[in-house]
Order: sequence, then C-alpha cells, then structure tokens
Amino acid sequence: MATLIDLAETPVRDLNQALHEAPVASWRVLNPRGAHAVACGIRGNFTVDIEGHVGYYCAGMNQQATVTVHGNAGTGVAENMMSGTVRVRGNASQSAGATAHGGLLVIDGDASARCGISMKGVDIVVGGSVGHMSAFMGQAGRLVVCGDAGDALGDSLYEARIYVRGTVKSLGADCVEKEMSAEHLAELAELLKAAERDEDPADFRRYGSARQLYHFKVDNTTAY
Amino acid sequence: MEPASHGLRESATFDRATIHAIQRAAETGIYDIRGWGAKRKLPHFDDLLLLGASMSRYPLEGYRERCDTDVVLGTRHAKHPLRLATPVTIAGMSFGALSAQAKEALGRGASEVGTSTTTGDGGMTPEERGHSKHLVYQYLPSRYGMNPDDLRAADAIEVVLGQGAKPGGGGMLLGQKITERVAGMRTLPVGIDQRSACRHPDWTGPDDLAIKILELREITDWEKPVYVKVGATRTYYDVKLAVHAGADVVVVDGMQGGTAATQDVFIEHVGIPTLAALPQAVQALQELGVHREVQLIVSGGIRSGADMAKALALGADAVAIGTAALIALGDNHPKYDAEYRELGSAAGYFDDYQDGRDPAGISTQDEELAARLDPAEAGRRLANFLRVMTMEAQTLARACGKAHLLHLEPEDLVALTIESAAMARVPLAGTNWIPGEGL
Ligand SMILES: Cc1cc2nc3c(=O)[nH]c(=O)nc-3n(C[C@H](O)[C@H](O)[C@H](O)COP(=O)(O)O)c2cc1C
Repeated sequence: MATLIDLAETPVRDLNQALHEAPVASWRVLNPRGAHAVACGIRGNFTVDIEGHVGYYCAGMNQQATVTVHGNAGTGVAENMMSGTVRVRGNASQSAGATAHGGLLVIDGDASARCGISMKGVDIVVGGSVGHMSAFMGQAGRLVVCGDAGDALGDSLYEARIYVRGTVKSLGADCVEKEMSAEHLAELAELLKAAERDEDPADFRRYGSARQLYHFKVDNTTAY
Repeated sequence: MEPASHGLRESATFDRATIHAIQRAAETGIYDIRGWGAKRKLPHFDDLLLLGASMSRYPLEGYRERCDTDVVLGTRHAKHPLRLATPVTIAGMSFGALSAQAKEALGRGASEVGTSTTTGDGGMTPEERGHSKHLVYQYLPSRYGMNPDDLRAADAIEVVLGQGAKPGGGGMLLGQKITERVAGMRTLPVGIDQRSACRHPDWTGPDDLAIKILELREITDWEKPVYVKVGATRTYYDVKLAVHAGADVVVVDGMQGGTAATQDVFIEHVGIPTLAALPQAVQALQELGVHREVQLIVSGGIRSGADMAKALALGADAVAIGTAALIALGDNHPKYDAEYRELGSAAGYFDDYQDGRDPAGISTQDEELAARLDPAEAGRRLANFLRVMTMEAQTLARACGKAHLLHLEPEDLVALTIESAAMARVPLAGTNWIPGEGL
C-alpha cells in the first residue's frame, strides 16, 4: 500500500520533507494542482505517483527514485536528474530534463521548447513532438523524439545524440544528420523499450554534433 | 633614450596599449580574451575618505576597546545562516580556471580566519570542500558538475546571474585548460574550448527565479542561505527583483571584478563601477525595508581594509575578493618576472588566466606548474592578508568611534571628486554638496 499525501491538505514543504526523510517504498500524491517543486531533491529507491498536474521543477535533481506524473508537467521537469526514472503521462512544458546528468525521462505527450537543454547524460524519450532549441548545448545522453522537432534542434551541440522519427523544422548551429548504424539502431531500440514504446527504430533519423565549434576560431565568429 | 625626453608625445587617444590592440587584431583576426578585471581608471573607493573622530565624535582606543567584526549572512529564510568572523569573503572562482591547489589554498586561508569561500563554474572539488569551513556553492547557467549531493554538502547556495567583468556574458574556458579531470567534472570532451551559457537553462526573469529559489530551498530543506549574484548594471532594479525572488543575500559585483577569461572589450566596456552600484543596491534594500535583513555583499576591485571599511560604511554587510586573493596566494609575484616575460607579460601586468601557463601555478591545470603552489603556504599568505584587511578596517572604524565594523555609516565618508560624490552620494570633501541630491 502506498503512503498517501494529499496536497489539498498538506503543504509541499511537508511532502518533500517526508520524501527526504522516510524511506517508504511507494508514495501517492493527490491534488498537486500545479504546485511547484513537487518531489524534488529526493534520493532513494522508491516510487512516487502524482495524480494530477504539477508546476515547475517536479522531480528536480532526482536520484534513484521513480516518479510518475499522471498529468501534465510545468517547466523543468526532472531538471538536473542524476539517476532514476521520471515519467510524465501528459505533456511537459519548457526545459524538460534540463542539464540532467543521468536516469531516464519519459514524456508520453509533447514537450515544449528547450527539451533536454544542456543535457549531461540523461536519456529522454518523448512520445510526441518537441519545441524549438531542444538539446541546446547538449553534452551527453540521448534524446529520442517520436514526433517532430521544432527549430534549431541540437544548437551548439556537444556529444549528446538525438533521434527523431518525424520532421525536423531546422537544425541548430553545428548540428548535422548522421548515419544510423547497427549500434545506433540497437541503442535506440533499447531506449524505446525502456520507455515502453513500440515505434520501429528504423523509422528514425540520427543527429549529432559536427564538432566544428569545439575550437574557438575566427572563421566561426558568425556562429558565436 | 626615452622618446618623451626629446619631445615626442604619446597620443592620449591612441596610447601604446590601443595601438597594440589594433595591431594584434589586425594580425590575428580575433578579439582579445584575457583574465583579471577592468584596467582603465574608474571612480573607486580611493576617491572617498573617512572622517576620523575629534571634537564632535570620539574615537575608540586602538588595541584596547573592541571593534567587532563578525557578520551573519542569510538570516532571512535559512535555518542555518553563515556566521563569519570577518566581513570579507572569497568570491567564486572555478576549479578549471584555477588549479586544485589554488582552490585548496583559498579554502585554507579563508577557514583560518573564519570566513567563507565559494566554488565556481565547474562544480565542487573534494579539496575545497575538505579545506573550507564555510563553502558557498555556485549555481550557474552552465550547471557544470551540478550535483544535489554537493548542494547538500554546501553551507550556502549562490545563484549566479552574472559577474561584474561580463554582465550579460557567458564564459569560455579554453581547451588548454580542459584536462581529463576538468572535462570529467563538466561532462565534456578533453581539450575542447568549453563555452558556458549566459542564461540559465530552465528559468528566465524574476518570476521564474522565485520558483527556482523555492526549488533549491525545498531540495535542501530550507537550511541554507540562498544568495543571488549579479554583475553591476541596473543594480537598483536587479537588487529589488532579487529580493522579490526570495534571496537571503544579494551579491553585487562591480565592473572592476576579476574574471578567468573574458573578451577585453567586454571587461572594459560593460557594467558600472562598484562605487556606483553599491549605493543603488543599498537604496533598493532600504526602500523594501530589508536593509541588513537581506545582506549585501559587494565585490569588484576590493584591495584593502580601507576599501572594505568604505564599502561597509556605504551600507554593504560584507565584501568579497577575487583578484586580491589570487595576488595573496602568489599571483603576479616578482619572483616569476622572467617567466612572465617569456609569456609576453611581466610581473604586475600578468592577466593571461585564460591561457593555462601561469608560472605561479594558480590559473593553470598543468600539473608541473600547479605543483609550484603549496596550498598550506599559500593558504597562510591568504590568511595573513585577510587578517591585515580586517585589522586595517578595524583601525579605521575605531578612529570613527565604531565598536563594530558594521557601525560605519555614510556619514563617516566624504568624496574627493565630484564624480565619486555623485556616485557614492556623500558630500564633496569640505562641502555639504552631494551632486544630484534633491533633484
Ligand atoms: C580566476 C577567476 C575566476 C572566476 N570564476 C568565477 C566563477 O566561476 N563564477 C563567478 O560567479 N565569478 C567568477 N569570478 C569572479 C569573482 O567571483 C568575483 O566576482 C570577482 O573576482 C570580484 O572582483 P575582484 O577580482 O576585483 O576582487 C572569477 C574571477 C577570477 C579572477
């Protein structure tokens, strides 16, 4: 039986304090009603099910835990996640998974602008589409988009890998389409499986860094 | 023979540094990136004087009567505010820009005198955590090395919006300093030129910042003070917005503030002097009724106990030092003059922190060079310097009749120039005139 916390009665502060202190195996959070910073900074091998929509930074900096939002998520869901799994059943707003270092972020619906911005090792799977500037300055990890990508995908990309099934409105500076090898098909299949999706890896295209901006050069000044 | 001695005249507009800059640009096709802070002459604390006591005020006896120096930072919301023995702190300087030895030395020096030191872009190293009694963890746009465990291990959190050397600018750590360890901490390939973003990735503007600060407090259970650091530009408004966003402490870094690597054009032409920013910040805090409740730390060109005393008199709760701390560790020491010259610089001029070949072993990741800096000895030098700064400020404060450094007030100051009088909002010496007052 999950431990129940109703945010209609309990402040977010008390919820987070409880999540930080008590190693209970599973939690259910009711009536989040767009509250910010729900279940952020949690650490440990447990599950949190949030029944409704959350505001900014839900599951921010997550370590090990499995957090599911049964609704939509505001800006910066799972920002700077280190490990564990965060799943949004609905749509996610801007900067989903921003700067996250590890773990898996799954968004069943669409994600907005800057999905995976500055990602540093996280895996992100988006069932729908992502907005502009997604994976901006992405350093490591993988972004999988089953729908379409907006403008300037992968702008100023470092070593993060991007897979898109639908159309890409435009690629950002230094982001190029790359060959899809068997190794990439295999890693994509694994990611789709982890996200419980049944798209065919063969339908995706891969994008990555051309690595032309890695060294500050006068020829690149228009890109800086 | 000196050209000037037989009548040759250097242009004030095209002086030798300007001529050299044009020649350098023409040859390389790229702008100059360097360390240090603004080098041009600016209105500064030197343009203010303290009014010692005589008939109308009485002074305190040096070495006998107490002049306390302790300061508490972060009293507004944090369960555990920082209690410092002296109101001079060490500003954020990144591991990556600085060697691990230099970071350790900063921690040792600061801890010896009971003050805080600060991480920087690139995350927290065990060396500095281990050697720093009070460690402030910077939360920067790049989020390099950002780790919730380090956040919890910190004593305070500093959300960085900008620096005085480059308000509105991001950062660049050149490839020669991206060693395996630095690259690993930042999750980047070794040896590439690493850019730091100029905006935070998951919030923009003061309303978002309020939610971001809430998140940081929630993650750390409201224990730690949250600072907000801004480069000095529209300081009056920025400080008000920082307070509205929930800051416990506001850090204002003037345009003289040091940097590890920024375009020279940026360093010299963006932002306002520390002297101009400080009264704006104090006014903002006073108007919101939170002066002294939200503490103000001021940095950018602080070099001595006199600078500190004057900054406190204008209403700061503490000052922070970067460049002066590096000099105390051994930066620009004459003993390295020959080596500085091999790099095209000289002791007293060296500003190539971006380059990674620092003979003093401070702004480098080269193992051999870094090994030249003994963290214990350099830490001791820094502690000495911090003690001298504190004693100097105490001497001046006692002369003004103050039993605590924080009792210094604007009334204790006059200005030497009309510019500094207008900026600091204190009278021109020998007059009652504060330019702009009553307008
Ligand atoms: C080598 C060096 C590295 C710096 N790195 C950072 C940094 O990572 N983050 C930051 O907010 N400021 C950084 N700064 C700026 C300092 O925190 C501080 O604002 C400035 O040095 C204060 O001015 P001062 O050098 O005149 O004392 C750096 C400064 C120097 C000299």
